[in-house]
Amino acid sequence: MSRFRKALAWFAANAILIFARLVTAVHAKWLGSEPRDIQRVYFANHCSHGDFVLLWTVLPPALRRRTRPVAGADYWLRSSLRRFIGCDVFHSVLIERNVANRDSNPVAQMVEALDNGDSLIVFPEGTRNTGESRLLPFKSGLFHLASARADVQLVPVWINNLNRVLPKGEIIPVPLICSVSFGPPLELVGGESKNEFLARAEGSLLALAAAESGVNGGQS
Amino acid sequence: MSDSTSDLLKLLVGVAAVLIIATLIGQWLAMRQRATQNTGRAADEESAIAKVSVIDNLNARINAWWAMVVLMGLAFLGGKAGVIVLFGFCSFAALREFITLTQTRRDDHWALAAAFFVVLPVQYGLIWYEWYGLYSIFIPVYAFLLLPMLAALRGSTEQYLVRVAETQWALMICVFCASHVPALLTLDIPGFEGRGVLLIAYLVVVVQISDVLQYVWGKLMGKTRIAPALSPSKTVEGAVGGILSATLIGALLWWITPFTPLQSAAMAFVSTLMGFMGGLVLSAIKRDRGVKDWGHLIAGHGGFIDRMDSVLFAAPVFFHLVRYGWDVS
Repeated sequence: MSRFRKALAWFAANAILIFARLVTAVHAKWLGSEPRDIQRVYFANHCSHGDFVLLWTVLPPALRRRTRPVAGADYWLRSSLRRFIGCDVFHSVLIERNVANRDSNPVAQMVEALDNGDSLIVFPEGTRNTGESRLLPFKSGLFHLASARADVQLVPVWINNLNRVLPKGEIIPVPLICSVSFGPPLELVGGESKNEFLARAEGSLLALAAAESGVNGGQS
Repeated sequence: MSDSTSDLLKLLVGVAAVLIIATLIGQWLAMRQRATQNTGRAADEESAIAKVSVIDNLNARINAWWAMVVLMGLAFLGGKAGVIVLFGFCSFAALREFITLTQTRRDDHWALAAAFFVVLPVQYGLIWYEWYGLYSIFIPVYAFLLLPMLAALRGSTEQYLVRVAETQWALMICVFCASHVPALLTLDIPGFEGRGVLLIAYLVVVVQISDVLQYVWGKLMGKTRIAPALSPSKTVEGAVGGILSATLIGALLWWITPFTPLQSAAMAFVSTLMGFMGGLVLSAIKRDRGVKDWGHLIAGHGGFIDRMDSVLFAAPVFFHLVRYGWDVS
């Protein structure tokens, strides 16, 4: 990457962080885990394109530098601007969601990033949740990731309110206060099946959502 | 140095002196607390923890007060533009807090975007152009008609009246009321030319000091709760003591205003009474929404609205009293 492109990426990253803070006044709630500099997989609910930006924004800078979002290659490679933001600014691990076009295994890509010492942000629902249900059923990637690297902490993250800031189909964001809550880490129990583990992971995220709204005083 | 600047400096030095004393007391309390903890004399651990959090909160509040005074001082140096930008930002932050707690839905998106990006800037623009005839009715008449239209165009009827009313009230409190603080600069008072920022300083100092004194009097001798369901800490003794002592301070500040000492006492009394009511009303809204604070932006105070609630209610009344009593335009 050229020095100019690097400088541009640094500038863009900070502009995005400031914009995110201005619109959402986002704040972190550490409910069961602390912001520690250890390798982690943050798994979060997915309602909006801005989800990983908010999660990234509330991480302390030292952690942020080593945390990469896992995102869909089909979306982030579609134009040169998206490629710049996806690859240069956020250092995303880009995975091919369409099985037919796949030439590399997504789990292998994520494991490779972990082996490089990076932390990951994953959205196990696989796509944005625009419906009424709180969570869509999880895809199996999280389980395979947990089985492959059992020593990496899995931290559930609930992103609250961002779907009200920019509902699907709208262009202008409405400034509302958002929060990002980090729950207690999850571990793969020996002998646990894929479905059992995924159910538990979903449960931990929903429990976090409930605890978060309790802390906040039960807002709708 | 102009008259106005030197008076403003005197006031700022006075406020800074009070804050320095408060800071010293706060630090002393924190030091004493740490010493007690180290010797392990705290008999009851739970009450010790409660004490630490009270002192921590006190110190967080004092620090936030410093930041607010510095910010306000800078805005005053910036004159009209500085004050309008400062309160415009306060309105933005307050509106963001208020709307976050409402039950608005997807179908309100246009109405909400209009509230933030049309109504708010237009209101402050009208203050800048000193167009009293329009800024005094723009939100209660025109914005109140515009927002339900935008919400109706989206076609959803669920909770329609509640949603519309919540957005209207958010604008009323966070934008309309707040904008009456910088509007004080537009008044034309004979013999008081160029001293508009002193009126703002007077209003803010009197109302805020009343809040602090209500808290102090309440802690010292508060027994009879005014509205336990709304706010467990508001007592009759605290309210009466706070309002009366702030009225006295208001009277003593007559020299920065166009008022006589007696008029100044009356103005301070009305403002602090309105301020007290503002705190009560906004507590009621918080309780209804099931939250303790409006936000988290000011350490120790909660959100912007938590700190501004009393000024918001006092500002329009204070503005109109001054306008009808002293303005000649």
